[in-house]
Amino acid sequence: MDIKKTPKKLNVKEKYRLMTRDLAWEPSYRDEKEIYPYVDYEGIKVHDWSKWEDPFRLTMDAYWKYQAEKERKYYAIIDAHAQNNGHLNVTDARYLTAIKLFLQSISPAEYASHRGFARVGREFAGVGPQVACQMQSIDEIRHAQTQVHAMSNYNKFYNGFKDFANQRDRIWYTSVARSFFDDAMSAGPFEFLIAIGFSFEYVLTNLLFVPFMSGAAYNGDMATCTFGFSAQSDEARHMTLGLECIKFMLEQDPDNIPIVQKWIDKWFWRGCRLLTLVAAMMDYMLPKRVMSWREAWNIYGVENGNALFRDLARYGIKPPMHWDDVEKSIDHTSHQIMLGLYQWKFGTAFHSWTPTASDIEWLKEKYPTTFEKYYLPRWEYAIAQKENGGEYNNFGLPKLCQTCQLPCLFTEPDDPTQLAHRETEYEGEKYHFCSDGCQHVFEQEPEKYVQAWLPMPSLMQEPLKGDLAAWMEWASLEPTASGEYANSEDKANFEKWRKQVSTD
Amino acid sequence: MQIDVQTVNIEQKNQTFTHLKKRFGDKKIPSRYQEASYDLQAEENLHYRPTWAPEQELYDPNLSKIRMNDWYDLKDPRQFYYSTYTLNRAKQQETMESNFKTVESLNLIEGMPDPVLAVAQDLLIPLRHANYAANMNNTLVCGYGYGTVFTQPCVYHAMDNLGIAQYLSRLGLMIGDVESLEAAKQDWMDSDAWQPLRRSLEDLMCVRDPVEVFIKQNFVLDGLLYPLVYQRIVDQNLVEQGGSGISILTQFMTNWYLESKRWVDSVIKTMASESAENKAVLEEWIDSAANHFTSVLLPVAGLAVAGNQADELVSEAHDELLQRAKKAGLFK
Ligand SMILES: [Fe+2]
Ligand SMILES: [Fe+2]
Repeated sequence: MDIKKTPKKLNVKEKYRLMTRDLAWEPSYRDEKEIYPYVDYEGIKVHDWSKWEDPFRLTMDAYWKYQAEKERKYYAIIDAHAQNNGHLNVTDARYLTAIKLFLQSISPAEYASHRGFARVGREFAGVGPQVACQMQSIDEIRHAQTQVHAMSNYNKFYNGFKDFANQRDRIWYTSVARSFFDDAMSAGPFEFLIAIGFSFEYVLTNLLFVPFMSGAAYNGDMATCTFGFSAQSDEARHMTLGLECIKFMLEQDPDNIPIVQKWIDKWFWRGCRLLTLVAAMMDYMLPKRVMSWREAWNIYGVENGNALFRDLARYGIKPPMHWDDVEKSIDHTSHQIMLGLYQWKFGTAFHSWTPTASDIEWLKEKYPTTFEKYYLPRWEYAIAQKENGGEYNNFGLPKLCQTCQLPCLFTEPDDPTQLAHRETEYEGEKYHFCSDGCQHVFEQEPEKYVQAWLPMPSLMQEPLKGDLAAWMEWASLEPTASGEYANSEDKANFEKWRKQVSTD
Repeated sequence: MQIDVQTVNIEQKNQTFTHLKKRFGDKKIPSRYQEASYDLQAEENLHYRPTWAPEQELYDPNLSKIRMNDWYDLKDPRQFYYSTYTLNRAKQQETMESNFKTVESLNLIEGMPDPVLAVAQDLLIPLRHANYAANMNNTLVCGYGYGTVFTQPCVYHAMDNLGIAQYLSRLGLMIGDVESLEAAKQDWMDSDAWQPLRRSLEDLMCVRDPVEVFIKQNFVLDGLLYPLVYQRIVDQNLVEQGGSGISILTQFMTNWYLESKRWVDSVIKTMASESAENKAVLEEWIDSAANHFTSVLLPVAGLAVAGNQADELVSEAHDELLQRAKKAGLFK
């Protein structure tokens, strides 16, 4: 070797290869199977890990530099937000319901994603995907932390934020997101990447983050919209990782195609069920609305999805199995979920309310074929009850779907007057589902889904044995954080403080 | 209507989140480190067992022989969460960037005596592969360890190891272009001096107890390797022989070791003080690994210094490591 040779100029790709791909070596003292014990059991065949195309080429020094710049800006803004009582700039305190739901469900999911990517960043037998997944892992802990830090200031003034850690593990609706991520993490490394990297980050992420972040921007929440913007370039990297991993699997061996197809079918459905909560948020929880769930779905679901699956068709991949059912449900789910949340509002750590007259006009306009016909009468009934001094509550416990863990409150795809309900018997036990999609997911892996922890049945078991008050305490469901918005401390305080700071 | 939100003074309802109040009371506003670290991991009602190892829980403290009543006792004295971590590293990389520029603009590499460059090539460049193993090992601890305050610094440590491997690669490219990296890999794969270390790292990559991996990688191996290679061989021997340029380009490694060993020591101290059983397990791991890695590193040191001096340097590093272990409450 010629020391002191003048270095040639290397192109970025070659340089990155040397800086990462070239670090690994082929073990010779131990068998690869001992080092990577989980890489085979899902049946995905990889013949050549070096065919992995790096989705982005960031060496650590560049990573530290870019990310630190973003961090500096981010914390400067949320510090100012806290100092200047920025929380009083939100449209009104109804908006807070959206970010309570976010902190209770999505921030824990960011954390789970951090741990999951660390695991697959260790389990893949190729250094390309290892490093890409590790970078996503460290990004995801960033997201969890910046979100907690942004919400920390809201927690100082409002109910429903302070118990998010306990609620993550114990509340019935948080188990929707929790079980989704637990499902992905308990799957093998390849399925995890299809679940989170591809289906969630690539196919569905725009339906989650765009609504929340633009909702925040429209409603004066600088803190939330700042973390959204700050995470955007991370998300762009994650999306390219998601796309690369599916292409890699499909190109490695034709036997992988049916396995990947099965996972796409499953995770698309799981993801769409999770997004019904976002649908309710968009159509009902934002005092100033961005767009309807239907409009968001048309852009980010249909347009993007069609383009993507057209592209994947050359590998023999078909659009997700239950795509049509999702499409048929779009004009219904937000109303169904919100009516559900409203009638079980004694058991939610956020407030809900009946739509106002102008809300109703908006909903009619956005959902001309469904809202007035199917859902307005139910809202009118709830409003009438309130006007008569009553309250529209359902203290009966909802039957939860064994797969998605949402209450079984959805209707038949082709008949919005019929509640959908499916049952499967497995080893002598009956299991309930909200839909064909969820039943199908269960039936592919019943031994997995029978293990699901369902929060409602646990209320009936030891040690609570049906004691609703004890259950609410156990789940940190404080009356001040629950129930009708109109009667809430949050509303009263917000209006009082806003008056203090307002001058005509 | 005008709003002037800055002037108003309104009373806070909650000083902090409930899980932090339980741990730290609510006299003091919790730090951002505390908010970012405590109780973030799902704790109960885990839904499904891993299909990759159905005997395990999704987050499973029993993957380790070490037992903690509360894994959140293992806090990081540096209080690194993502933001403080990246800000620190960004500053360090800025320094390193200007170090690389200085070395380049002053032609320090070209002016360096050949024996110094030979040591840099033979000893330092192959180490980038060892850093890759450390990256994998820390990623495992982050993935499978228990409790965020313990696992979080491990993802940072993993990425740091990748960063170090990349700094070493740049050094290699400077001293001998792509051929430097190729020759170093050849050495790593085949030369006698490196085989014991490569074999030991392949062995360590088969270990699945996250704390055992943490101890053997971050405390024992790094605790021998960094004092030996960077503090003694590079910063003393090579500098004396006209190799300051090398020392400038490994400044990150030297500082990083000093910084991160505070964290590693504190984790060990807390684990050891938890129970006699923990102490016994830690002592067994450390004792056997320290003896093993000392002998593994002897031929590596021999690449830079003569045999008897190599013995001396390695046993100094071994003593230093045992001192650290004693300070952490072990071997008493
Ligand atoms: Fe994220
Ligand atoms: Fe379902």
